[in-house]
Amino acid sequence: MRKVYLDHAGTTPLHPEVYSLMCELMKNTFGNPSSIHSFGREAKKWVDEARQQVADLIEAEAGEIIFTSGGTEADNLAILGVAAARRKKGNHIITSSIEHPAVLNSCKQLAKSGFDVTFLPVDQYGLVDPEELCKAIRSETILISIMHANNEIGTIEPIEEFSRIAKEHGVLFHTDAVQAAGKIPVNVNTLGVDLLTLSSHKIYGPKGVGALYKRKGVRLQPVVYGGGQESNSRSGTENTVGIVGFGKAAEIAARDLDSEFNRTRELRDKLIQGIKERIPDVKYNGHPERRLPHNVNFSFSYVEGESMLLSLDMKGIAASSGSACSSSSLKPSHVLKAIGLPYELIHGSLRMTLGRINDAADIDYVLEILPEVITRLRSFSPLANKLTV
Amino acid sequence: MYNETVMDHFQNPRNVGEITDASGVGEIGNVVCGDILRVYIKVKDEKLDDVKYMTFGCGAAVASGSMMTTLAKGKTIEEAKELTNKDVAQALGGLPPQKLHCSNLAADALHKAIEDWQQKPERRSELSEIINKG
Ligand code: FES
Repeated sequence: MRKVYLDHAGTTPLHPEVYSLMCELMKNTFGNPSSIHSFGREAKKWVDEARQQVADLIEAEAGEIIFTSGGTEADNLAILGVAAARRKKGNHIITSSIEHPAVLNSCKQLAKSGFDVTFLPVDQYGLVDPEELCKAIRSETILISIMHANNEIGTIEPIEEFSRIAKEHGVLFHTDAVQAAGKIPVNVNTLGVDLLTLSSHKIYGPKGVGALYKRKGVRLQPVVYGGGQESNSRSGTENTVGIVGFGKAAEIAARDLDSEFNRTRELRDKLIQGIKERIPDVKYNGHPERRLPHNVNFSFSYVEGESMLLSLDMKGIAASSGSACSSSSLKPSHVLKAIGLPYELIHGSLRMTLGRINDAADIDYVLEILPEVITRLRSFSPLANKLTV
Repeated sequence: MYNETVMDHFQNPRNVGEITDASGVGEIGNVVCGDILRVYIKVKDEKLDDVKYMTFGCGAAVASGSMMTTLAKGKTIEEAKELTNKDVAQALGGLPPQKLHCSNLAADALHKAIEDWQQKPERRSELSEIINKG
């Protein structure tokens, strides 16, 4: 059976070049980068190179990269770290209602300890309104955190505008760029951000490693204490092999950015067009233009997401859904709720995120299978078949 | 996540569809996640001659509907009333804990369909006939 992986926003497979480099390192380089001897120096050399590669992906300086255990830790470090460092300045934080749980829950945690958090609404496309942001800023505001691109609907936020507003008010600006980096150009200087989160496994690197970009001069209080690694911002012996894999993945992502952007966007548009043509009663979710090149999100009336995922999976197609039934918490997607989608359409949502391993034949296959799946599920849906007796 | 029996009933759900001349219909909306399961019954000689269902729900809901209808078919009304979500889940060889509520949908909708049938005027006259005769 054909296997089609359409969950690249969830995670990506290791790039073969990343894999071979990591294998080599695992075999030969075990030194602690903090050690003085040749073993340690060898490991340090590799970590330094990776730091430069990750910095290059976002046009930062190597010294501005703090390696962490992943995107979640980087988000936590940015938010909890700034909150602790600027506590005396104020206790107000602004974020959006469609953030990743790593940001949302860090903010909610702060709200329990005397911080005030504003969760900005979004419009039907998932965009935060810059005017709303302006209005929310107060003299006690110390941090604004708004994601670069949304993981569910792929909407790209106007970060430059937000960071300019933040700067005007002397507020630090953080963005979670986990979904955007490696997919669209991300340049910390044109974006004007103070802090930016990256994750390795979303860009064909290994899991368990990520980074926080921290503009020179920005002060943070660590979340993890210990031996003072990562310029005292994140203690713990470096995950050398993971970091090196991340570095390689970042290098490849930068190298292939344009070609992959164009390739996946073409596939994306083919898939979107094909669904609209073949399946009635669908709703296109997200922004038509300000959208990640690999994100497709539709709601299919009358059907439930988990049933859709299982049916597709039986045909070798891997996707995801914002349906309450497909989440372990049995809660519907907070993002789809925030864009005002009615409950039934959140249930029937399907996200397909494309990547390197997909080609046009994959899209043809999905366009053959998906209509069958929807038709079958609709055939026994009480919502599609009104009660006649 | 789901065992083979559940997946089989999801893939090939038994008794899906509607009974156009149903004796009773029951529909339950799920408070936990917002899903719907509708059951049609055809009663003949105090027995469930036919049972069909439709659902807007997860894999467990589809499989539970399929198993419930399979178990209920041919049962007397009294027997069918005793059918619980536990019976359905058990016959499916178990469901993940967070999916047990989906099997409630199936049993509850069946009981509601039976109630619906019992409340129908023609049924009431039938009952009084039986009582009068009795
Ligand atoms: S019907 Fe929603 S979780 Fe089963």
